[in-house]
Amino acid sequence: MNLDSLLPNLGEWLRGTGPESDVVVSTRIRLARNLVNYPFTNRATHHQKAEIAGRAKEALVKADLPYKLDYLDISGLSPLDRQFLVERQLISRELAAVLDGPRGVALDGKESVSVMVNEEDHLRLQVLRSGFSLDEAWQDIDRVDDALEARMTYAFHQQFGYLTACPTNVGTGMRASVMLHLPALGLTKQIDKVFRALQKINLAVRGLHGEGSRAFGDLYQISNQVTLGKSEPKILNEIREVLQTILQYERQARAALVKERKQAEQDRVARAIGTLGSATMITSEETMELLSAVRLGIHLNLIDDLPATTVNQLFIHTQAAHLQKLMGQPLDGEERNAARAKYLRSKLRELGSHQR
Amino acid sequence: MACIHRITAEGAGPMNKCQRCPKQATLHITEVLGEDRFEEVHLCEDCAKKYLYEPQKKAAAAKSAEVLGEGDEPDAVGEKQCEACGIKFVEFRNHGRLGCPHDYDAFKDDLLPLLESVHGDTKHTGKSPRRLPRAKGAQLELAQLRRQLQQLVTEEKYEDAARIRDRIKDLEDSA
Repeated sequence: MNLDSLLPNLGEWLRGTGPESDVVVSTRIRLARNLVNYPFTNRATHHQKAEIAGRAKEALVKADLPYKLDYLDISGLSPLDRQFLVERQLISRELAAVLDGPRGVALDGKESVSVMVNEEDHLRLQVLRSGFSLDEAWQDIDRVDDALEARMTYAFHQQFGYLTACPTNVGTGMRASVMLHLPALGLTKQIDKVFRALQKINLAVRGLHGEGSRAFGDLYQISNQVTLGKSEPKILNEIREVLQTILQYERQARAALVKERKQAEQDRVARAIGTLGSATMITSEETMELLSAVRLGIHLNLIDDLPATTVNQLFIHTQAAHLQKLMGQPLDGEERNAARAKYLRSKLRELGSHQR
Repeated sequence: MACIHRITAEGAGPMNKCQRCPKQATLHITEVLGEDRFEEVHLCEDCAKKYLYEPQKKAAAAKSAEVLGEGDEPDAVGEKQCEACGIKFVEFRNHGRLGCPHDYDAFKDDLLPLLESVHGDTKHTGKSPRRLPRAKGAQLELAQLRRQLQQLVTEEKYEDAARIRDRIKDLEDSA
């Protein structure tokens, strides 16, 4: 698979469609699985990791699924390609840059399914769907899991379920998360309240890139913490219930913004577009903050000449590895800020000329 | 023993300051001090690293907490070892990662309170592998054979040991 061929695509999670897509950017479910008779990855020798990767690769490429999975060897990829996959949410930062030895990832053509091999667990299956789509994501990943299990024996314990390297994942091995865009709750300073409520019921809140990352651009991920003692459907239901409440809060906050300070919001969105379209140096953080304002403006109908998918495109293309691929050369931090600004200027100008 | 999760993003609220410095806490550490007793610590990345390399202090804290407890074997649990992968319990305690699937049996008594505190439960409900019965039989037999093998080696019954080793290999290959 030539990774550059993915560059013009938005990938499943940024398609910008799907249920509740005014608030829910994407849904993700991952399953942690390990092979029986091998130590976990952190304790496996190079030779054992090679064996695990070999078995996994065979099972993945032969898996009985309606689509084909391509297997990529991570050590064979350049640091830029690895970062590119991280930005597209297809592999973890750990698999890209922290772990060593034989390891890989299998991907489908739509970038909806990815299976990491020799991450913290031997297998980390992941399904991404655009919008709020827990049931579909579960059906997809359940099927991938069955297809792999038909060709490999998993470490499974009568009492503890699927065994994982960290006991925080044991049981179902499932982490379901939804990525939410919550700008209005942020603007109206209600976001902390929502998160405190979430933590009380054992749901975790994280930034865009998962564990330990910051919440840029009002994007948050909400996921289950408990993996032992609750069935997969039960966990998914708990998330679904909480999400209804968050959706309601965010939408109420948005409605209040339009009602009480429409003019000010319109101004904020217009200034965001202005800055994006005229800056000559811009960081990735600032870009995300401004795009967040634009995204909100679109959903509040304060602007009508920018589609939501364009915001997603700008969002992904202005991240470090994507930008360097688009420019066709390695760029350091300062150069990236200039290149990012240049890209945004030309994209927004292009859009402007289409509209008029 | 410690179980470590990364938690909050920056937007997650002001209640998660590192307990040792002004930075944001990103790690949530649950220390298991003894039977059913836990301590929760919130730290930033840097402080957590330092914290985890403080075995003496931690052992001392555990001991002082256990001062009414069972005498002077503070780290008998830590020295427990899994016969399948060789990891000691103290290594899990320090890094938060187990060595192999068999650890769940080898350290079962010590993991149960941790699982209870993290998940509020110790029994899996939910999906199980479709091919479970056969695989489970083989896993059980393998675990038994491995123990048998070790026993035979310590008794210097090498011929029997070789036989068991071959049986293990057969089972592993067919898995």
